[in-house]
Amino acid sequence: MKKVIRKHPLAIRWFHWINFPVIAVMIWSGMLIYWANDIYKIGFGNKTVLKFFPDSFYKALHIPFRLAEGMSLHFVFMWLFAINGFIYVLFLIFSGEWKLIIPGKKSLKESLQVILHDLHIRKTAPPQKKYNAAQRIAYTVVIVMGLGSLLTGLSIYKPVQFHTLCSLLGGYEWARAEHFILTILFTLFFVVHIVQVILAGWNNFRSMVTGLDVLPKEINVVLQTAAISNPANLHKAESPVIKMDNEKKTNDVTLKEDIKDDDKEANEINKMSPGEDNTNNLTDINK
Amino acid sequence: MNYKEEISISEKALKRNTIISFTIFIALIIGTIFLWKKLHQEAQIAQAPKTLRKVLDANGKISSGFLSDNHLAKTYPASAAVKSVRVNGNVGMGNNFDPSSWMLQVVRNAGDTLLLTLDDIKALPKTEIIFDFKCIEGWSQVTHWGGVKFSDFAAKYNLNAQTQMNYAGLETPDKKYYVGLDMPSMLHPQTILCYEMNGKPLPMNQGYPLRLMTTIKYGIKDLKRIQTIFFSNERPRDYWYERGYDYFSGL
Repeated sequence: MKKVIRKHPLAIRWFHWINFPVIAVMIWSGMLIYWANDIYKIGFGNKTVLKFFPDSFYKALHIPFRLAEGMSLHFVFMWLFAINGFIYVLFLIFSGEWKLIIPGKKSLKESLQVILHDLHIRKTAPPQKKYNAAQRIAYTVVIVMGLGSLLTGLSIYKPVQFHTLCSLLGGYEWARAEHFILTILFTLFFVVHIVQVILAGWNNFRSMVTGLDVLPKEINVVLQTAAISNPANLHKAESPVIKMDNEKKTNDVTLKEDIKDDDKEANEINKMSPGEDNTNNLTDINK
Repeated sequence: MNYKEEISISEKALKRNTIISFTIFIALIIGTIFLWKKLHQEAQIAQAPKTLRKVLDANGKISSGFLSDNHLAKTYPASAAVKSVRVNGNVGMGNNFDPSSWMLQVVRNAGDTLLLTLDDIKALPKTEIIFDFKCIEGWSQVTHWGGVKFSDFAAKYNLNAQTQMNYAGLETPDKKYYVGLDMPSMLHPQTILCYEMNGKPLPMNQGYPLRLMTTIKYGIKDLKRIQTIFFSNERPRDYWYERGYDYFSGL
């Protein structure tokens, strides 16, 4: 038997994996469009540090003279981006998943601890639910960025029909710059996201496909160490140690709901004697 | 949310779940790549894959649905207008053009063409527009134009039957540049038959003697050196549409 957590609902996995190629096409076609008036650069005074984008970059990707193609792709895939994003946000709201994503009061402080932990400067990470504080902030920000891309995009797509929106964003040229900056931020998010996914390992990646987060066999040992290194956790309702104990009783119910295609296994689990449940040992130790 | 609900699952069931999920996952990746390739091999309509073209046309329909004469582009004081106005294209501006013999041809019906001189057009009430001109390439410039509203022009010359039609087409004397505009955009209060720039007659390279200027389309529709205006229920041919761009191209 394996202990697993149903980490990502099916809907979220669909939204995520639809979003990936759609955003890729939006960024690609966006570059085809941007090339036709590539005015942005980073620098000070007359000195340019980084030009968006260097000619070699355009050449390597065969970007020049494809404005029409870029626009046609952009204004078709924008629908997929908007619709997928819209349903995703609706799902977050109605499923309650939003509670696992939006940052709380302590998130800012905790996200720093998470980063220090990730950099191996701090030994322990703060307790977390589905996402740690840094993830909560990043994932919330990226949703807001998505909305930002939509609104800045809309105001440069139809600046006269949406003139109020356009002027709220600082006018046509500012809106275009904002749309561009958001895209750069998206690609930076993407890079960090990929690195983190690689570092987090196979089990984490698999959970975005299968939905299941497989808990390590040595879960007892791990949780025990965590409890000892930070005894304060033991008294908190959200501590993983106590939470498991509380929720064990509800397992029977959720199994019936959750594993529709696996009734056999579910029954096996229901018949399981408490002694076989390895979390019991753990709670005993903690007591 | 009851996150962290642990459940136990047999190794076999877990393996099966993983295999099924990844099979679907990989099938979707292959399917996506297949669709992407198919899109690029698809038959084209005016140099855009059929699927994309259909969506672009639908976008145009949606856009024209909320187009309104009340949605006006922001206008600026004359002082805000740039002195050196960007010249971005010369298609249709062939060398053997004789301005002295130019007359505007308004095709009312087959075989019934109204001929007008520049003075005839200048005799109509003048409208000046100073707005942020937008090029489809992505740049914009505050520029100052003067001319006669097309709606005023149509009213003066009794083009009622013609403006009931869906589109107006415009062409240069050499017929090398041509555009089509939907009638609501043509009749928009910020669409003018333009003969002045910065208070002076249009320069040659800006389309002397007469060009179109509208705030609600990209510059590609602002045909320079108009020779012919005609009306149609079908889309008139359009230079950039034929090269893969959106027909409506509205802002």
